[in-house]
Formats: sequence, C-alpha cells, structure tokens
Amino acid sequence: MNAAVTAVGAVPQASPAPYVRIDRLTKRFGDFVAVRQVSLEIQRGEIFCLLGGSGCGKTTLLRMLAGFETPTEGAIYIDGVDVTQVPPYERPVNMMFQSYALFPHMTVAQNVAFGLKQDGTGRAEIESRVREMLSMVQLDGYEKRKPHQLSGGQRQRVALARALVKRPKLLLLDEPLGALDKKLREHTQFELVNLQEKLGVTFVIVTHDQEEAMTLASRIGVMRSGEILQVGTPADIYEFPNSRFVADFIGSVNMVDGRLIEDEPDHVRIECAQLGGIVYVDHGVSSPPDAPVSVAIRPEKIQLSRERPEQPDNVLQGVITGIAYLGDATRYLVRLPTGFVLRVTAPNVFRHEERLQHDELVWLQWHSSSPVVVTR
Amino acid sequence: MNDRRSFFVLTMLVFGFAFLYLPIVAMVIYSFNASRLVTVWDSANSPTLAWYVELFKNTQIMDAAKLSFRIASVNATGAVILGTLAAFALERYRRFRGRALFGLLTTAPMVLPEVITGLSLLLLFVALEQAVGWPHGRGSTTITIAHMTFSMAYAIVVIQARLATVDRSLEEAAMDLGARPWKVFVVITLPLIASAIASAWVLAFILSWDDIVITSFVSGPGSTTLPQLVFSKVRLGVSPDINALATILVLIVSVAVVVAGTYMMRRDRRRMRDAQAALGATG
Amino acid sequence: MALIVAGGGDAVSTSVGVVTGLAGRFAAIRGGFGRRVVIALPYAWLAVFFLVPFLIVLKIAFSNIQLSMPPVEPVLTWTADHVLQLRVHFSNFTFVFGDRLYLAAFVNSLQVAGVSTLFALLIGYPMAYGIARAPGTWRNILFLLVVLPFFTSFLLRVYAWMGLLGRSGPINALLMYLGITHEPVQLLQTDFAVYLGMVYSYLPFMVLPLYSAIEKLDLTLLEAAADLGCRPTKAFFTITLPLTKEGIYAGCLLVFIPAVGEYVIPALLGGPDTLMIGRVVWDEFFGNRDWPVASALAIMLLLILSGFVLLLQRVQAQEAEA
Repeated sequence: MNAAVTAVGAVPQASPAPYVRIDRLTKRFGDFVAVRQVSLEIQRGEIFCLLGGSGCGKTTLLRMLAGFETPTEGAIYIDGVDVTQVPPYERPVNMMFQSYALFPHMTVAQNVAFGLKQDGTGRAEIESRVREMLSMVQLDGYEKRKPHQLSGGQRQRVALARALVKRPKLLLLDEPLGALDKKLREHTQFELVNLQEKLGVTFVIVTHDQEEAMTLASRIGVMRSGEILQVGTPADIYEFPNSRFVADFIGSVNMVDGRLIEDEPDHVRIECAQLGGIVYVDHGVSSPPDAPVSVAIRPEKIQLSRERPEQPDNVLQGVITGIAYLGDATRYLVRLPTGFVLRVTAPNVFRHEERLQHDELVWLQWHSSSPVVVTR
Repeated sequence: MNDRRSFFVLTMLVFGFAFLYLPIVAMVIYSFNASRLVTVWDSANSPTLAWYVELFKNTQIMDAAKLSFRIASVNATGAVILGTLAAFALERYRRFRGRALFGLLTTAPMVLPEVITGLSLLLLFVALEQAVGWPHGRGSTTITIAHMTFSMAYAIVVIQARLATVDRSLEEAAMDLGARPWKVFVVITLPLIASAIASAWVLAFILSWDDIVITSFVSGPGSTTLPQLVFSKVRLGVSPDINALATILVLIVSVAVVVAGTYMMRRDRRRMRDAQAALGATG
Repeated sequence: MALIVAGGGDAVSTSVGVVTGLAGRFAAIRGGFGRRVVIALPYAWLAVFFLVPFLIVLKIAFSNIQLSMPPVEPVLTWTADHVLQLRVHFSNFTFVFGDRLYLAAFVNSLQVAGVSTLFALLIGYPMAYGIARAPGTWRNILFLLVVLPFFTSFLLRVYAWMGLLGRSGPINALLMYLGITHEPVQLLQTDFAVYLGMVYSYLPFMVLPLYSAIEKLDLTLLEAAADLGCRPTKAFFTITLPLTKEGIYAGCLLVFIPAVGEYVIPALLGGPDTLMIGRVVWDEFFGNRDWPVASALAIMLLLILSGFVLLLQRVQAQEAEA
C-alpha cells in the first residue's frame, strides 16, 4: 500500500544523514523478546512518537536510547556516534520520566541544577541557566520549593526543565502527559510543542495515548509486540494504515472482511458478505486475486441521508439502532439488513435541524477514495 | 451491638496497657523506696534518692555500662554499614549467583534461638583461635562481632523495606543527568533512606545494649557487659540499685521515643498541609 | 565434598572449604567492582560468622566428648599413613533420645511457647484492633506506647516481675488484704510466672504485625458487608479476621520462635524444676561442659523450629492458592 514512510513537511530540512539511527535493535529478557529487530531513523529537530499498547516494547526501546538497558543485538547511533555501550551518565541524552522522578529531598532549583553540577559547570553559569530554564517553563519564584509543595502540572514542568537544562542532543519523554488531568493535558501539549520549536531539541516520546501522539508528533511509529508496524506522519497513519492492527489502533474504524473480485490498476471491487454488497475503491491494491482482505472505513467518512444518494457505488440502506449526541458530532449505530452494525459519525453543523431518529430507515454512502484495503 | 463491641475493645486496651506498664511503674516507684527489701515500702524514710547515689558510686556497674555503650555503638555502626550494603544488594541487584543462600543468611539470624547463635559463634571463635591464633581469647571484640552478626539482620529488614519504596527512576534520573553509580548512591539513595538507616542504627544499638544470652557465650573474663552484670545480680534476688538503674534507662528511652514521635507526627502533618496547599494552587 | 581437601585443624578446614567455595562465587558475580563489593562484603561476613559456625555446631554434634580444650574429638583426622579418617558419632543423639529429661524439656518448651503465644494473641488482637481503629492522634500515641517497652531493656522488664511476684511483693500483699489468702503464695519460681513473663515480654511482637494488618484493612469492605445485611460481630468473623490472617501468622511466629528457645525468663522467673530447652542447652554447655550434647540439642531445636516455619509456610501457600 501507499503508506508514506518518508517524512513530510513538518521536518525542517530533512538532512541526508539521520540524527538518530537505530539499527536492527533487539532486546531479550530471558526468553521474552521485548524489542525485535527494530530499525528506525529520526531527523534532527523532529518530535518522534512511539505509540503502542502496554507491553509493546516502546518503553524498553526508550530505555535503550537512554542507556538503562543494554541491547542484546543491534546498535544505536546519535549524531553519527555509536552510543550502544555508553553508560547513561555519559550519553548526550536526557530523559523525562513518567513519574517525573523529582528528587524529593532537593528544591526545585537544586533539581534543575543537578545535571549541570555533575558536569562540573561553574556556579554562576549554573545559576543563570537554571533561572533561564525555570522562566522558560513559567516557574519563576518557585526555586526554593520542594517537589511535594508543587501541583502535578508544576512538577511536570520542573521535570522538563531539569531534562532540558543540559541542552541534550536528544530528549526522551516517557508518557509526558500521562499523570495530568484532561484539561491540563491539552494545555500542556501545546506548550511542549512550542518549547521544542524554540529550543530545536529532538524529542522522542513514548505514549499509549493516540490523541497525545497525534497532537505532538511530527512522525509516529506504531509498535506491537516488539516490532514497529508503521512509521509515518499522523495523517499518514490515520488515513493510510498499512495493517488491520494500525487501522484499528488509531481512531475508530469499521472493519469489514472481504474478498477481491476485481483488481485493476486504477480500481478494485471487493465483495463483502457482512455488508451484503460490493465495495468500490478508486485505487489499486497489490494483492493476489481472491485473497481475503479487510476493508476499513472511518465512521466520519460515511454520510447518512433520508433520500437515496445519486452515486452508483458504495450505497447501503440500514436502520438506526443507537444515537449518541456528543455536541460537536453525533454518533450513530446503523444496522444493515445483514445484521452487521456500522458506526457513523456526523458533524452537527446546524443548530436547528431535523435530526435522525431511532429506528429510522436511512441511506449510507461513502466516497470511493475513503475505504482502506489492508491484507489480513 | 456496636457499643458493646467497642466497650470490649476499650476494656482490652486498658487492660493490655496496664499489663504492659504496671511492672515498669512499680519498678520506678520502688526505686525511691528506702527499704532494702525493695517491695516493702518504708514510709518513714521514703521517697529517697539513696539508691541512685549508690548506683553512681558503684564502679562495677558504671564500667559495665560504659563497656556496653561502647560495644553497642560500634556494633550499630558496623551493622548499619553491612546492612545497607546487603539491603542494596538484595533490593537492587535482582540476579546474582548465590542470591538464594544470601537471602537465607540475612534472615536466619532473626529466627535462630539466641542460645544456638551464641553457642555456634563461641565454637567458631575457639576453632579460629586454635587454627590462626585470632581472636586472642574472648572479650569485647568477639562480643561486637557476635552482636553485629545478628543485629545486621534486623538492620537489613528496616533498610530494605525503605529501599523498596524508593522509586528506582529517581536513581535512573540522576544517572541520566550525568551522575556515576557511586555518586548516585551517595547523593540520591543515601539521603532518601537516611531515616531508615537512623532507625536501623537505634535498633541495632538496643539489640546489642540489651543482649544477654549471646553475650554470655562469647564474652570472656574482664569483659562484663551491663546486662551480664544485672543478670548475675538479679539471679540472687531483687536489688534496689537495679530499680534505680531501670528507672534511668526507662526515662532516657521514654524521652527519646516521645521526642522522635512528636517530630515524626509534626513532619507528617506539615507534609500533608504542603500537599494540600499545592493541590489548591493549580498550575 | 571439598571440605576434606584442606586437612589440618578440622573445624577450620570446614571453614576454609566453605570460604573458598564462596570466594569462587563472588568471582562469578557479574558487573563492576562496586557491585561486587556491595554483595561480597556482607555475604562474606555472614558466611564466616553465621554459616561456618553453624556447620561447626553440626560437626561437633557428631563427635565425642574429650577432656581437652576444646573438649571434643575431631571428626576428620589424618592417620599416620595419610588416610583421611571420618569418624561420625551418633551417640550424642542416641543419648539425648535415651534421656527422658531432654525429651521433657523439648515438650515443655513447646507447650510453654504454644500457650504463651495463644494468650498473647487473645490479648494482642483486641489491643491491635483498638489501636488501629482509634482516631488519628490517639492511634500514633498508642502505637508508640506499644513500641516503647520494646526499647526498654528486656532483662529489666522481666526483672520487674520478680519484685511484683515476690513473697513480700504487692501482688501477695493485695491477695492478703482482700482476704483471699492468709499467708504469702509462692508465685515466683513457678510455671505460672514463666507463662506470665513470656506473654508480657512478647506481647509487643504480637501487637505490631496485627496492628499493621488491621490498619491496612479496607474499611469499605465492612461497610459493604453491613450494606448487604451482615451484623458487625458476624462481619468481624467473616471479613476482618480472615483478611488479617497474615498478621496473625506473623505475630504468632514472632512470639513462638523466640519463646521456644527462651533462656532468661525461665532462669529468672521459673523454678529449679522448670525445664526449658534453652536453659538445658545453656546448662549442658556451661555446667557440664558437654559441647557435643549441647550441639546435638541445638540442632534438634533448630530442626523442630524449621519444621514449624515450613509448616506455616505451606499453610500460607495453600491458602494463597485456594
């Protein structure tokens, strides 16, 4: 499929040599393979997100970048230097921990100064850099506080300041927003991106929250059971998932089993028993004929109407069995004659409109570019 | 129903604490009794401080107390150093060869009856002296070694429990920021477990200060600790100057426990207030 | 076994063998120098001053008494023609089994420890419950009051009872004042005094684990039980008690184990005929200077205690599975 693996737009002047190169990295714990043959290239100034469920290996990969775990096989290069065997305290890499890991017996200023002190930086310089960093994360005046005297959001910012003050070549963030409540999280997301743009530091973020990944990342790598399934921009991953797992993992999707009955370079037809009809897709698929495939259609790509649409293909009829009004949009469950239930999301554009009712018979349609065909 | 139950619990609390404290209170009262018969109150001449005066004039008791204090301090320091290392090994180095045996060795001294520990250590010292000429006879050195061996086990338990609650990512964060492992231990880990180390020191001190059975096995002539002296005295019957000694010790311990207790309560309360203040101020 | 190689003074040969064996293990520990020191230092200490002495006890238990210093015959000897001779005597064990006195001492120790543990539990549980359910500040104060006796000398606390229980002591005075008895009752140097001393001395060991178990208990469980129609007394027996079982086991173990081998309490409060195994080992060692029999008794005591600990562990494991 046409999953675009190369970076698009967001990366400033994609240099030919990657800034971080991960080469066939494998990590085994006894018999368990946490990370399997992962190769990855990250550009300078990028925000790269490793996305996956718990136990997918994303944290192990991050910890290998930080130096807390030694790879079983493979190598890591940062800025052209092989750092695979370099201990964490000598790597040009800093990490923001999920729990923030603020030293409870030190003040905010002492926490932020800690890294500089280890490098033997002069006292005057430490002081000015700590002050500068704290004002950058809007914590001026908090120098003398201890971590337990801070709120969750303030702690998160101290952790960020502490990791950034050493001007690392690479900043690793482990679930950076995981411990914050929803409102604060949205606000902090944008702050984080602003700060990154201002400092130009390369970020590698680990998260299980797809929304967090979509808003923060310039590129996302989706992981499952130790392997990277797909790498791409958020839009790539969402619109052109290369597998059933990625399509299902990112966002909500209607997944239908089908069989290729017509495979031309410019279009395909797929017979879907669950839909009781044929799906027409306006691009080719490189798959053997008659192969079992899955068709993924996003709920917001399906339109509902009371009148029969005019387009010839991709039209179905069904009965509304569930309605959830969310304010900005409404979610419907539509049961087809075959018994299969499709999820449909429709934006609420008008304040006064005759909304669709429960048990109403409706027509469904989607554009022939909308379905994504993935091999099973 | 509920009232009847809480009445029962309250009664048991009163009874239990009375049981724990009446003997101690009686001992304190009798220490001011003028009568040599201890438990017969001599109302004509009491209360009196005569036994306290006699206690401090008794050089034998004073010497034994000094020896015990010295042994207990050295023991506590040694036990805490070894105990911290062992706790760190058990808690942070998950896998090493012989870990199972190590785990067994660190807990066994706590459950082994003192008679056996004392006996086995004496046999070792005798065998060692025969083979390599050290230790030369038995005295405060062998007592200290014996005390360290069993009080170290308690120190390990206290320190390991605290170490288990120290978030490992704190140590990783320090390392990530450029601190070498040894520095991480000194700058991060040690301050975080300092209170546990202090408790372990006190515990090891008291275990040594109080020990009679193991000490009796491994001590020699010329090194009589306070418990040994007290034991040999009270075996012959109650003795008024021992009451005075007990009163002084109870007083010291009570003051120490009350001071430590109020300090900890105040600190907890302050922590709670700070946390609430931080939650109140959004950021 | 590697122990034989070293020869010479054979108690030390044992030690040398064990120590070289362990040294090999330290060398095998992977990782940096610091890590090796952290593990090796306490490990070596415990090996030399705990494991090796224990092996010596084991060895002496299997050797014969001798009129020398040390008063034992070596188990391993080199004969004139350089043949290593191993002489193991089971006579100490047959001797111990043959004498009713030792058997009675074991049985009596277990009985005294068992009964004392039971009484400590019966007194300690309500106390721990009361402390755990007391309001904030009171809870801290009561907790400190339980800990405090632990920090005051064990010996002196036992001694305190000598004064109380004596013929002219306050308890006898009270009994006579109340007219229950007309002349002083023999309280000191009786089994009763030993039981009393045991419960008194070890009560804090019972209360502390019980307290932490009860304090951890989620109170909403009891509210849920009440909500489902369970009366408080029944809720106590069906919810609180089973969920604090770990605390009960820990407390009983902490009281029972030291009580079995106790020496000071029977020596001070018990009579001359109060037979307890700790006292017997002591007397064999210091009184009769019979090191082999003392060692054999120590080994047997250890086996019995290990048996109890293993039994308890099995019960706990079975409960965890169920």
